[in-house]
Amino acid sequence: MTDKHHDPVISIQGLKKSFKDHEVLKGIDLEVYKGENLVVLGKSGSGKSVLIKCLVGLEYPDEGEIKVFDQDISQLRYDELNALRVRVGFLFQNAALYDSMTVRENLVFPLRRHKKSMTREKKEAVITEMLENVGLEDSIDQMPSRLSGGQAKRIGLARTLILRPEIMLYDEPTTGLDTATSHEISELMVRMKKKYNISSITITHDMSCAKLTADRIVILKEGIVVAEGSYEELKRSEDEWVRSFFY
Amino acid sequence: MPPSFNPYQRAKIHVTEKRGQLQRFFYGAGNLVVFAGRFFKEVVKPPYEWREILYQCYLVGYKSTFLIGLTSFIMGVVLTIQTRPSMAEFGAISLIPGMISVSVVREIGPVITAIICCGKIGSRMGAELGAMKVTEQIDAMEVSAINPFHYLVVTRTLATTLMIPLLAILADAIAMYGGFLAMNIHDTMTLRHFFVGALGRLDFIDILPAIIKTFFFGFVVGLIGCYNGYQARRGTESVGLSANAAVVASSVAVFIIDMLAAQITDLL
Repeated sequence: MTDKHHDPVISIQGLKKSFKDHEVLKGIDLEVYKGENLVVLGKSGSGKSVLIKCLVGLEYPDEGEIKVFDQDISQLRYDELNALRVRVGFLFQNAALYDSMTVRENLVFPLRRHKKSMTREKKEAVITEMLENVGLEDSIDQMPSRLSGGQAKRIGLARTLILRPEIMLYDEPTTGLDTATSHEISELMVRMKKKYNISSITITHDMSCAKLTADRIVILKEGIVVAEGSYEELKRSEDEWVRSFFY
Repeated sequence: MPPSFNPYQRAKIHVTEKRGQLQRFFYGAGNLVVFAGRFFKEVVKPPYEWREILYQCYLVGYKSTFLIGLTSFIMGVVLTIQTRPSMAEFGAISLIPGMISVSVVREIGPVITAIICCGKIGSRMGAELGAMKVTEQIDAMEVSAINPFHYLVVTRTLATTLMIPLLAILADAIAMYGGFLAMNIHDTMTLRHFFVGALGRLDFIDILPAIIKTFFFGFVVGLIGCYNGYQARRGTESVGLSANAAVVASSVAVFIIDMLAAQITDLL
């Protein structure tokens, strides 16, 4: 459940980011509360992916403040940032599975780094649980190149969830998938959110994904937030441009 | 219709282009120095990736033995066959083993091994890391709180630094054996006789600098391969460019190091 009475898990104030002369984010203010899934909509090039990359230190803001669990990202040392990254999962648009490793190795890789005290049996149990979550227990010894787009996304999600993050960042989780698979991935996101009580930000163009997963939606236009509300509220917006997302 | 320029304008455009190329070269060289600096900073930091280092040693060393063995064997055979007529003219056939050993151990073995590794290993590392960069696998490691530089660059560069000297020693031995077989095409020489002649001509000053320089060759092959992979930008084209740049830059670096090593050895 969304809990707005508590401090936000993510707080963004006046975020600005430029690439050379192109100003991508022009002052974003956002908050994400515990247990909430915030969906960020916007046309291509509106700065959605840059926004979530700033949250995990893959990009650094030119101005503004990003606080995750009350820690200012830009003030953290590398080891402190890494400690924070363990608590934040990131699902990439193309899943970004390590293609020289099998599915099992992909899943055990983060465990080997961050759960050194975990026994081999326990690691196996966690891997099995995660693969059961995403319904791909049989793919454990396959190479990523043998997986379909939807399967790769599921394994990517399993790999991200294996460290039990408290926040998930989804970068276009359903892009490039057929309607049925997109729906399955969206449902999986909702299931995982309920099961592990995860807060999340989802970047998407897919309105059915937004409808299914969003507790709240913000819409970006040319680097600023132009609308915020629930799916139904924004669908009835007076702004023609905002409504155009829902046609 | 293309714009027409007077000679002064053409010269100005040419100078501007060359200045841009020069700037890019120095910018790249500066970045490479920073990259090397980061390697030395990261290499001493735990966690030590023994498993990955061993795997990369296997890929760099064991998987290259056939290619290195074959080329060095051919090198030894060709060197002997082509040297023999001149040596025979002076009645100095018995000096061929010594001449082969000195040229193979001091120069040909290490350099040919390094150049083959530039093509085989440098290009693989450039393409592999480039593809990982383009498909966001390096970013995925970064956000999983796994230092990708430590896991990918340090391990690969250490593997090439350790394995290329071993490959060069193997290449030296096989090239000399090739030389022995080639000697026996026209003459008769026992293996013992050949190797007594070959090793008798070798001095400490022939062997040690040659081995030391192969560590530098290994270091630049790994580092430049990884650097170029890391520089890949979006798109599959950049993967090809990374692999290509890795081969070209590391080959040039090998020759520069070889020239410096020859100068330093000459002073000793």
